[in-house]
Amino acid sequence: MARDGGVSCLRSSETMRVGIGGMESPPLDLDEVHVLAVDDSLVDRIVIERLLRITSCKVTAVDSGWRALEFLGLDNEKASAELDRLKVDLIITDYCMPGMTGYELLKKIKESSSFRQVPVVIMSSENVLTRIYRCLEEGAEDFLLKPVKLADVKRLRSYLTRDVKLSNANKRKLPEDSVPVNTSLPPPPSPFTISPVSSDSSPPLTISPESSDSSPPLSPLEISSSPLSSPIDDEDDDVLTSSPESSSAPEESPARRQKMRSPLD
Amino acid sequence: MDTLVAQLQRQFRDYTISLYHQGFLDDQFTELKKLQDECSPDFVAEVVSLFFEDCEKLIGNMARALDQTGNVDFSLVGSSVHQLKGSSSSVGAKRVKGLCVTFKECCDSQNFEGCVRCLQQVDIEYKSLKAKLQDLFNLEQQIVQAGGRIPQVDI
Repeated sequence: MARDGGVSCLRSSETMRVGIGGMESPPLDLDEVHVLAVDDSLVDRIVIERLLRITSCKVTAVDSGWRALEFLGLDNEKASAELDRLKVDLIITDYCMPGMTGYELLKKIKESSSFRQVPVVIMSSENVLTRIYRCLEEGAEDFLLKPVKLADVKRLRSYLTRDVKLSNANKRKLPEDSVPVNTSLPPPPSPFTISPVSSDSSPPLTISPESSDSSPPLSPLEISSSPLSSPIDDEDDDVLTSSPESSSAPEESPARRQKMRSPLD
Repeated sequence: MDTLVAQLQRQFRDYTISLYHQGFLDDQFTELKKLQDECSPDFVAEVVSLFFEDCEKLIGNMARALDQTGNVDFSLVGSSVHQLKGSSSSVGAKRVKGLCVTFKECCDSQNFEGCVRCLQQVDIEYKSLKAKLQDLFNLEQQIVQAGGRIPQVDI
């Protein structure tokens, strides 16, 4: 995830002009964060593009998961050796899209060797717990509730380029019985927030308590005190959470976004 | 004595506030305004224009689907409603979004009459918002043409 100088994913290629290893690596221009935005809605694409540009990101916006894979060169089996270096620092995708959902796109990205390290953020207009957890479990870095605001994007931007050196104590642990957090990676700068936090301040270490504390000060969405035991009747039969979340009644929650440390492969 | 600019600015301020208070717009519209600057001075107008085009297209889809008497594909209608709800939410079109919520419920329960009613309401609502925002943008233009600056309105 976030390393010094921000995250980038450089596709290895013998034809690269600039040496990629060792001393010859080009310094990453911290302002040149390149984001791939995926949304089937034109209005939303325009808005997210502007939100990102205004926070000094370069943006490539596409209208489907397939086009995203195409852009990343993941749409076929061909080795990417002959392709130019592609630097993508963040992928932000809508969840509900025809054809390939954001979740399916997330899975494909996380399955790829070239791009699995790229943080993927999911956007959705629906605050469905099981959906959120499913995405985070699959390796999504963050989950934003639509409509996306400038503060949300600024927050994303800040954790992409800052030099993350947080102690492990600040890491948001998953609920007990869940998979362990990968401790070799820097922890997320801002875990669960429960209210529309103004992120003009530096990413807060408003850390939710460790699950062992079993005190859930967070909104109803926070169920850290419950073990992940019972499978949820979710459309994908994923065993995710013990929240009796029913997709027909998405909770209106004050939480604007959910974030959980998810283990990487 | 009020200058023309001051009068226009006051009109603009009052009109903007009324649009929020009457529930036509919500704070997402304010968020869009934040994205407008000297480099993109027409950003809001461009986005809402795309939104209204979207409305027209989606409402057309819904009408066509509902027109298949005896063979209405409610999931198709619902999917268009979902898209409209999304884009109205993204631009701060509060009333349109609210109607979409009701509309979606009618689709989910396959309530044909309800859907037809909602379709009519959504059509009226987006056109009404379109006219109001046009008035608002016209006021902005008049202010600028009279040599003034568009005031920042805090809701």
